Amino acid sequence: MSIATEIYQSLGLSKKEYEKIISLLGREPTITELTMFSVEWSEHCGYLRSRNWLRLFPRQGKYPILVGEDAGGVIVDDLAIVFKMESHNHPSQVEPKQGAATGVGGIIRDIFTCGARPIALLDSLRFGNLSEPYNRYLLNGVVDGIQFYGNCVGVPTVGGEIYFEDSYTGNCLVNVMCVGLAKKDRLVRAVAKGTGNLIMYVGASTGRDGIGGCSILASKEFKEGEEKRPTVQIGDPFMEKCLIEATLEALSTDSIVGIKDMGAAGLTCATSEMAASGNCGVEIELDYVPRREKDMQPWEVMMSESQERMLVCVKSGKENDVAKIFHKWGLNAIVIGKVTDDGIVRIKDKGDVVAEIKANFLTQPPIYDMPYSEPAYFMELKKLDINTLAEPKDYNDILCKLLSSFNIASKEWVYHQYDHMVQTNTVILPGSDAAVLRIKGSKKAIALTTNCNGRYCYLNPYLGSQIAVAESARNLVCSGAEPLAVTDCLNFGNPEKPERFWQFKNCVEGIATACRFFGIPVVSGNVSFYNENPQGAIYPTPTIGMLGIIEDYTKAVTQYFKNNSDIIVLLGDCKEELGGSEYLKEIHSIIRGEVPQLDLEKEIALHNTVLECIRKGLISSAHDCSEGGLIVAIAESCISNNEKLIGARIDNLDYSIRLDALFFGETQSRVIISCRKDNLSIIEAIANKNKVNFRVIGEVGGKRLVITKNNEKIINLSLEKLSRCWRRKFI
Amino acid sequence: MRVNFGVVVFPGSNCDQDCFYVIKDVLNQPVKYIWHEERDLENFDCIVLPGGFSYGDYLRTGAIARFSPIMSSLLEFANKGKLIIGICNGFQILLEAGLLPGAMLRNRSLHFICKYVYVKVENTNTPYTLLCKKRIVKMPIAHNEGNYYIDEVGLAGLKNNAQIVLRYCSKKGEIVDDFNPNGAISNIAGIVNKNGNVFGLMPHPERCCELELGSNDGLFIFRSIIKWLKQK
Repeated sequence: MSIATEIYQSLGLSKKEYEKIISLLGREPTITELTMFSVEWSEHCGYLRSRNWLRLFPRQGKYPILVGEDAGGVIVDDLAIVFKMESHNHPSQVEPKQGAATGVGGIIRDIFTCGARPIALLDSLRFGNLSEPYNRYLLNGVVDGIQFYGNCVGVPTVGGEIYFEDSYTGNCLVNVMCVGLAKKDRLVRAVAKGTGNLIMYVGASTGRDGIGGCSILASKEFKEGEEKRPTVQIGDPFMEKCLIEATLEALSTDSIVGIKDMGAAGLTCATSEMAASGNCGVEIELDYVPRREKDMQPWEVMMSESQERMLVCVKSGKENDVAKIFHKWGLNAIVIGKVTDDGIVRIKDKGDVVAEIKANFLTQPPIYDMPYSEPAYFMELKKLDINTLAEPKDYNDILCKLLSSFNIASKEWVYHQYDHMVQTNTVILPGSDAAVLRIKGSKKAIALTTNCNGRYCYLNPYLGSQIAVAESARNLVCSGAEPLAVTDCLNFGNPEKPERFWQFKNCVEGIATACRFFGIPVVSGNVSFYNENPQGAIYPTPTIGMLGIIEDYTKAVTQYFKNNSDIIVLLGDCKEELGGSEYLKEIHSIIRGEVPQLDLEKEIALHNTVLECIRKGLISSAHDCSEGGLIVAIAESCISNNEKLIGARIDNLDYSIRLDALFFGETQSRVIISCRKDNLSIIEAIANKNKVNFRVIGEVGGKRLVITKNNEKIINLSLEKLSRCWRRKFI
Repeated sequence: MRVNFGVVVFPGSNCDQDCFYVIKDVLNQPVKYIWHEERDLENFDCIVLPGGFSYGDYLRTGAIARFSPIMSSLLEFANKGKLIIGICNGFQILLEAGLLPGAMLRNRSLHFICKYVYVKVENTNTPYTLLCKKRIVKMPIAHNEGNYYIDEVGLAGLKNNAQIVLRYCSKKGEIVDDFNPNGAISNIAGIVNKNGNVFGLMPHPERCCELELGSNDGLFIFRSIIKWLKQK
């Protein structure tokens, strides 16, 4: 049987890869085998081009960590907290509602397949400019897909972020993070083991949806005029909800050896990876696989990415017990094969062997060292002479413009569409620096955040990605949590282009350096390459998802001011740093300059200060300064609690730098706190001990935000006005 | 006397565990899950139909769940004057099953809405509200179809029989359109049947029984149920 060049090429394999397959098998592959190699060796599943660099990430932290097949996590006492973030960019660009919905569904399966109950979702989204109708359609569709799936499945969507930049036009980003909780001794692996044990297919039937999703869609650039809608999967959150309950119920019976989600690359991935993890073989009969379409070819069944399906390795003799549980929930549960001892994935179709491959041939794709080179823009865009920029005359106007810029404006319109309270654990609701979920039966809580400023990462990948890590940790610290672990979702352009790969390499090095410094391990993650459209690549966007723990959630802190006559303190420095800022982009239409510097020592000193103050119950609010700088952060502290807007007077900003840089520059390692007057001296002592700059800058109270410098009111705005600007309409 | 609660689990229910938790761990009452295929409700004093997306809300919210085997037993249970509380999707199921009058439309924003709202307790003379102390309470809503509708005759009937229990309002208690989150007729958030023993409401009392979640205003509903059943 001979396979023509067009076939392997259309499957996304190179000539060299095809030749390697022949040499591994010692013969030419069948069509089924070739499709199986093509999906397992796709960039999306095999990490061919990224794997060498991902080894830089630290895997050790203060708490014991877990790195599993589908997700990673940390152990806290007798609990395992598992989490992972994954991209669904290309499907969402093609079909936003289903693309985003199945992104949510897929990552939830990665979590409960570990034996953990999914307890929270966060979404990190990127779109092009909303002035373009298609981008508005994408935003609306993606939000609709997330609410459609997440709300129904009963997992609260508690946080995330949305940015709008021109570079995401034609290639939006949808990164979804899911967190799950399990007793540590109840975790289960994605493994097949024990010759004679059975392989069971559970969940939805298999159709032609999503064929080529990972290998064709997610492992290539978008080109002009392509119709790719049929490669997007369709989600059924009701089925998923039943699958969660049935799976967790089945896992509590000791009948199950291992379990794996059939996500990207479907049955191919599940059979080969479970066999490889267990050092055994797996043999299945495709005729037993439930179908929802007629006349499917074996390769179509092996490649289908139909949603809400799992592959389970069941102890021999326990299959009826397991089937009973899934049937109760109205789900398929069918034995389709068995575990063998020969290390081979053997696929039969009505008795005929259609594929016979050593499992580790599939799971050990060729690894490539990609060439990289510094792009010309990198040095060019560093050049910025702020002396050529006119300073604003009316700072009230600038503040209003920044508050209503899409990147800074409140995302209430979005998160009010998500059920963020189901499961009754959300003690800090969306709209603060981090979401906080209590762990029932204890005082502990989990704090969660996602972060990445793609513009910084474009201007300086190494520093920008460090800032993403630092800001994530700062967000958690501002809620009172100690940062524990990172998951990442690395979104980049075409890795075959050396200038894009340079961005990837630098971002990975930045994350590795910052995480190592903070002692925060990277426990799981995902790489999404080929995020390009005909106009170019997206900004490099290594989204950081971070998880922290709070010992006593009654001491958790939110970002908004609480009490009249509380004192407002700035912890940290103010430098003349305008490069890459939201202010430069929104007000001066400039995207260039050096991104803010980051001193990791200072950053951690700040964390230690804020954490000690929160744990001692000394402060009323804490909010980190990020996009929009100092004054935007202060304004947000005034207006982000919709129930209680509260004013502030800021009158001690005695810094000798340009006023626009002071107000809107994005110097790192800064937090605005408010506290009772009585606590001021203790807080100052803690800051001094940690060598963190401490400055009382004003006082909470009144119905306006008033900021004076040299006795002149530079900002004087009513809370209603500020709130109206910030709570603007998106679509 | 202890009050025996049962929380019905339909495929797709997702607030069943939250209701169970509040009854068992916050209120220390005996509670059991009831799978929707069960029919024996003999040992229960109060049945909770929880929120969620029973059968994925396919076809129409609550439209498939009303054909679950448990529903005929539930009808008998209601006819005996026993207590049934339907929260969110549970309310929608009660409407579809004809245990409460009216119907649900999609929210007028055409969006799912999840947020804290204020509701006014209009009738404190029901088994569900007799312990209500403050008339304006803060509770979260989370739904896509909470836009309650009933025709004029039906609405007059609800008013005349004091069946309207909860109405959306401002923090100060003003019942105005600006504080109607979903377009429900007459700002209706919760109603009882004529006998007062079947209660349906869109807000989620089980999500606001502990102050750390932002409000414990939902407690009075569960405590009222317990008190009423103990008095009987």
